[in-house]
Amino acid sequence: MHPLLAPKEGERRLLLGNEAIVRGALEAGVRVGAAYPGTPSSEIGNHLFALSQELSGLYFEFSVNEKVAMEVAAAAAASGLRSLTCMKHVGLNVAADPFLTLAYVGVKAGMVVVTADDPSCHSSQNEQDNRYYARLSGVPMLEPATPEEARAMTLYAFELSERLELPVILRTTTRVSHARGVVTCGKLADYTLFEKGRFEKDLKRWIPVPAVARERHRVLLEKAHEAEELAARSEWNRMVKRGPVGVVVSGVSVNYVLDAVKELGLEDELSLLLLGFTHPFPKSLAAEFLSGLERCLVVEELEPYLEEALKVVVAEKGLSVKILGKAEGYLPRYHEFHPGLVKEALARAFELDYRPPEFPDTSWIPELPPRPPTLCPGCPHRETYRVVKEVLRELGEEEKTIYPTDIGCYTLGLLPPLKMADYLLCMGSSVGSACGFSVATDQRIVAFIGDSTFFHAGIPPLINALYQGHRFTLVVLDNETTAMTGHQPVPSQELRPEPLKEKPVISITKFCEGLGIPTVEINPYKKKEAAEAIRPILSSGKLGVIVAKAPCVLYRAKFKG
Amino acid sequence: MAQGFRILAVGVGGQGILLFSRVLGEAALVEGYAVAMSEVHGMAQRGGVVESNIVLGEVRSPYISPGEADVLVALEPVEALRALFRCRKEATAIVSTDPVVPQMVKDGLATYPDLPPLLEKLRTVLPRTYLLSGEDLARKAGSAKALNVVLLGALAGSKVLPLSKEAFLEALRRVVKPAYLDLNLRAFDLGYQAVLSAQ
Ligand SMILES: Cc1ncc(C[n+]2csc(CCOP(=O)(O)OP(=O)(O)O)c2C)c(N)n1
Ligand code: SF4
Repeated sequence: MHPLLAPKEGERRLLLGNEAIVRGALEAGVRVGAAYPGTPSSEIGNHLFALSQELSGLYFEFSVNEKVAMEVAAAAAASGLRSLTCMKHVGLNVAADPFLTLAYVGVKAGMVVVTADDPSCHSSQNEQDNRYYARLSGVPMLEPATPEEARAMTLYAFELSERLELPVILRTTTRVSHARGVVTCGKLADYTLFEKGRFEKDLKRWIPVPAVARERHRVLLEKAHEAEELAARSEWNRMVKRGPVGVVVSGVSVNYVLDAVKELGLEDELSLLLLGFTHPFPKSLAAEFLSGLERCLVVEELEPYLEEALKVVVAEKGLSVKILGKAEGYLPRYHEFHPGLVKEALARAFELDYRPPEFPDTSWIPELPPRPPTLCPGCPHRETYRVVKEVLRELGEEEKTIYPTDIGCYTLGLLPPLKMADYLLCMGSSVGSACGFSVATDQRIVAFIGDSTFFHAGIPPLINALYQGHRFTLVVLDNETTAMTGHQPVPSQELRPEPLKEKPVISITKFCEGLGIPTVEINPYKKKEAAEAIRPILSSGKLGVIVAKAPCVLYRAKFKG
Repeated sequence: MAQGFRILAVGVGGQGILLFSRVLGEAALVEGYAVAMSEVHGMAQRGGVVESNIVLGEVRSPYISPGEADVLVALEPVEALRALFRCRKEATAIVSTDPVVPQMVKDGLATYPDLPPLLEKLRTVLPRTYLLSGEDLARKAGSAKALNVVLLGALAGSKVLPLSKEAFLEALRRVVKPAYLDLNLRAFDLGYQAVLSAQ
């Protein structure tokens, strides 16, 4: 039995934030899940995938990208089935297009969109603050501070979504998704049977042609009004009024503030507004909290999102309280916080004399060798890079070539001795940027992309390259899995778990050949043959594809084990 | 600190830090302590730095600031040095002395420091430091992979946390797959004894 099914109602378990979200969804009776993996959200999809093989009443798919996953979940919710999609923060950029209009047409059954942000870029290319997607879309947002809250808020998110007929954002950060804490489980829904939903046609609802969209925008704003009232009364927004200095806080920082309050001995003095239901911003509650305060510190990671909302309330209500936030230099606008940083800001707001704790003398420690993650021993990506490098060296082009790269294990090809990664924006950008370099320079271009990334965002720019006549070599690293995020399935994989055996194998080689692009498939471990096979494509410099096919060694081992 | 404990566990990807912290968390649960932790899962590749923050009792924040760790458990000696600034001045350190040489060093792009004088110095800076060869003990237990559980035994043996040996054993039984339980119980005991005899 899957470990998330084992706990009975009332049982306490040590769960990861992401596991708590899955448990909450199972208690809410989620029927359809669809996701594309991305740290720090990946465990949610992994668990739902495993659970869907055990529970006849649950459908889950790893979709090819977040946009598709969003659309799958949206259609399920429109058909009356509770649905969930989850993604890392940048995943919502990919899914933003359907998401912003989904806010107009809405849902019938509850739909939860989990976005997991990554302050400090632990495993991401940026640290964008996805709370702005709530403001941009008008969709309600909940932000848990702990795994316990993550479970309960997921459950509530489905109810809220159904009540408003809108999707609901559940926003976490790395330190919530990957925190482990004690969670008291509730009752599981019944999963013995997959009962199909039914889509009721309604042209004035589901087809946002201009006349409908204009009306639906008005409906959305009305719902936002209702949601704001719910937020103001929500048990997820807790207010404690004590002295004239206050703190407003949300997310993981709630823990840092509560610890700091205790350690600085401010329990009887500090006024607190702990926010979990953060969009629509509960203005009336904020006004009640701020009135009578002298100063109010805002503790939130990344952008001054709550801070600016509070300043609007102060201006609208003509309050005299001084808001102390990022603009005032109390806390930084970048990177994740740590408890000491918050303690210091709180002490400063209180005008307390505070010195950070002393640590042991470290002056005697010499420069330590760095330990960046590296490609595993025997990794097929390394072999592919080597053989491409060798042929380019023969051609005298190794140094001059531009290497647009993409996101995955193979991005580590940037490290010496390979040094074959020069430019990267986001998933799929290897191919699109290769098009641009082909226009803008005379340099040779060899781009690298993984199999999962190819299916995710590599296909439209490849068609663009063919149609526009751009010239570059695209090396597709088909290791038969999405390795970087924990070995999720890909459509091209031949080595696959039993439940996926009925699905077709979608060959990247055949796909590219079908477009009429010169394509070769190589086994990167067979150096000599591989070099022979790729030489014509690399020396021509015209559009061509090399598919390096060899399974990730960890995936293969896991598979056999 | 009477009200709570902050434990920082550091090591290298593939050494089993996540299992280490899960068992420790479970042991706290067995004893009825509140517990919170955070792990940085990072990428699937091996060889990067991995850390886990575990807090027990009256602490809620699952993340440890510079100068705040009560206990440092390092599965690799250079990682102990790298994390030293996160410790309190009175912290206890439990350190496995077997190096895991980074790829950058193997490729000749960085140097691995000469350990003995540094570990000697570590003892003077943090008087409550326990050094043990985790790998030797793990191999003696039956597999070098049990290094994480050797260090767990050492942590239990140091008695720096208010968790009984029985709580750790119960936690191991809950978390470890039955096929590996005997090996891990042996590894735990070897770590436990190593620290007792050093005291
Ligand atoms: C829009 C977006 N979604 C998800 C991710 C997370 N992510 C990074 S790389 C990657 C896929 C890697 O798979 P693949 O291209 O097959 O390369 P591999 O890691 O197997 O070498 C994912 C899902 C991301 N960075 N951006
Ligand atoms: S996990 Fe697989 S693809 Fe990633 S570095 Fe290791 S062997 Fe290569």
